[in-house]
Amino acid sequence: MSAPTAPSIAGAPAATAGRAATRARRGPASRRRGLKRVGWVLLFLLPSAIPLIAFVLVPMVGSAWVSLHRWNLISGMEWVGLDNYAKLLGDPTTRKVFGNTLMYIAGYLPLVYVGGLGLALLLNQAFRGRSFFRAAYFLPVVTSWVVVALVWQWLLNPGNGLVNQVLGAIGLPEPGWWTDPTWALPSVILASAWKDLGFVMVILLAGLQAIPGDVMEAARMDGANAWQRFRSITLPLLSPSTFFVVVISLVNGFQVFDQVYVMTGGGPSGASQVVVGQIYDLTFRYGRAGEASALSWLLFALILGVTAFQLHGQKRWVNHA
Amino acid sequence: MPDITTTRLARRGLLYLVVALGAVAMLFPFLWTVITSITPGGTLSSGPSLVVEDPTLDAYRELFGVMPVWRIVGNSFGIAVATTLLQLVTSSMAAYAFARLPFRGRNVVFAVYLATLMIPLQVLVVPLFIEMTRLQLNDTYFALLAPTIASAFGVFLLKQAMEGVPRELDEAATIDGAGHLRIFTTIMLPLVRPSLATLAVFAFMSSWNSFLWPLVVIRSPELMTLPLGLATLRGQFTTEWDVVMAGSVVSIIPIALLYIVAQRHIIAGMAHTGLK
Repeated sequence: MSAPTAPSIAGAPAATAGRAATRARRGPASRRRGLKRVGWVLLFLLPSAIPLIAFVLVPMVGSAWVSLHRWNLISGMEWVGLDNYAKLLGDPTTRKVFGNTLMYIAGYLPLVYVGGLGLALLLNQAFRGRSFFRAAYFLPVVTSWVVVALVWQWLLNPGNGLVNQVLGAIGLPEPGWWTDPTWALPSVILASAWKDLGFVMVILLAGLQAIPGDVMEAARMDGANAWQRFRSITLPLLSPSTFFVVVISLVNGFQVFDQVYVMTGGGPSGASQVVVGQIYDLTFRYGRAGEASALSWLLFALILGVTAFQLHGQKRWVNHA
Repeated sequence: MPDITTTRLARRGLLYLVVALGAVAMLFPFLWTVITSITPGGTLSSGPSLVVEDPTLDAYRELFGVMPVWRIVGNSFGIAVATTLLQLVTSSMAAYAFARLPFRGRNVVFAVYLATLMIPLQVLVVPLFIEMTRLQLNDTYFALLAPTIASAFGVFLLKQAMEGVPRELDEAATIDGAGHLRIFTTIMLPLVRPSLATLAVFAFMSSWNSFLWPLVVIRSPELMTLPLGLATLRGQFTTEWDVVMAGSVVSIIPIALLYIVAQRHIIAGMAHTGLK
């Protein structure tokens, strides 16, 4: 990031001189030049600033305002102060949906990271057909969540789904998957990991390719075996990519919705309900917009806190090659 | 020394085996979707099989009968293309202002842009819905588009790229009498093309796949996008898996074709975002 407020920064001499001149003598000519510059800034910024203000900042303020009211979206709003927050914090359902969201992340992240790392290591080797396999593994990434969720709902269909038919044929138990409270969340995790495996693979592959070959060669010369090279070189030098994957997965994990909504609808009886699903239900099923907004802010605070914590802890375990 | 080549061959064989098994695991669900969609009634009577005895397109006929499928595919495409173009224009212009136009408070304004990057759409869904209701824009194309006209991510990505362009280039152009618009369109944009492509990929895919916002704001079947249409279809035909899978096939085909054509750019663009 540059520091445009510091006039001594090299690289913008003309502009800096212009600003100094504006300050020195406020003659009509320089004022006209100043206005002209403001005009340019507005011309370039407004196309993005107007939508961001209208559709991000205004709703944000609106959301904070709504969160302090009781409101069913139809009749008048009633000021309740921080009651919605207090109510949510004391409600076991809130604990349940945050707990499920954390469980989702706890199941999803190791699965997708270990799987993605394995694939990246495999596909980092030179062999014929490598780009075909990279493309194949990546295909689920471009497919929409709704399709993935529907296809997996069908594959994991407790009655005549393919997975249970295969499990039954080889004499294994056939779980009720998304209809069984124990298996509902694991079903969602399985589908999610399957979809995102290719994305994690690509990020880690890019990280692997950034590792200098001579470092690896030197270790090999010194007699380090494959496992030692992986432990002491690959993993540490992969830490920036790992960091990126973890941050993105956590932020996305807290926002998980589509696959839950389609596969289980949060059920059975709330067993797989996540925070965003609860926000949606509170608003559009129960007409409790105030509580939904308060829940949104709790979620946002949590995401912000976790991200800040990670950025803070980044120095401790991320090595930049 | 035969063992070196033997272990090498064995290793190569094992590598192929593992990679191929993985590919089957990744591609099989797609294949199964197609198989289910052409199976009469959606269920194979004799257990899972890759061969369909009496393949039929009945499910597709039924699908096109209950939904304005072409219209829905068109909506998805139109909205995704519009989102992509708008984001490319708005983001690149803002990026140019932050990279090349010094103005008072630029850091503060940029920080506000970055802050909006942190806010998930999920947090905004309720107030955005209310805003759209107030503006009487619910159930319109504009409402679908509104939250994604500008992208803080795009501004950030392109600003980084533009700061990498040597200043000598635009200073020389300034001396030659070029204005900002000219520098922007004839020097900057061509030089940051890879980043523009990355942004385009992200914008298109996230619009094509977005679900929560269309779910909230769209009611009319004619205005639905594919993910929404599919989810509604599931609601109508909980047990008719052949119809649901036919819908899935229809919605996978366009994005899969696009993916096959632009595969290298899509993967490179994704990889690029992780390398900051």
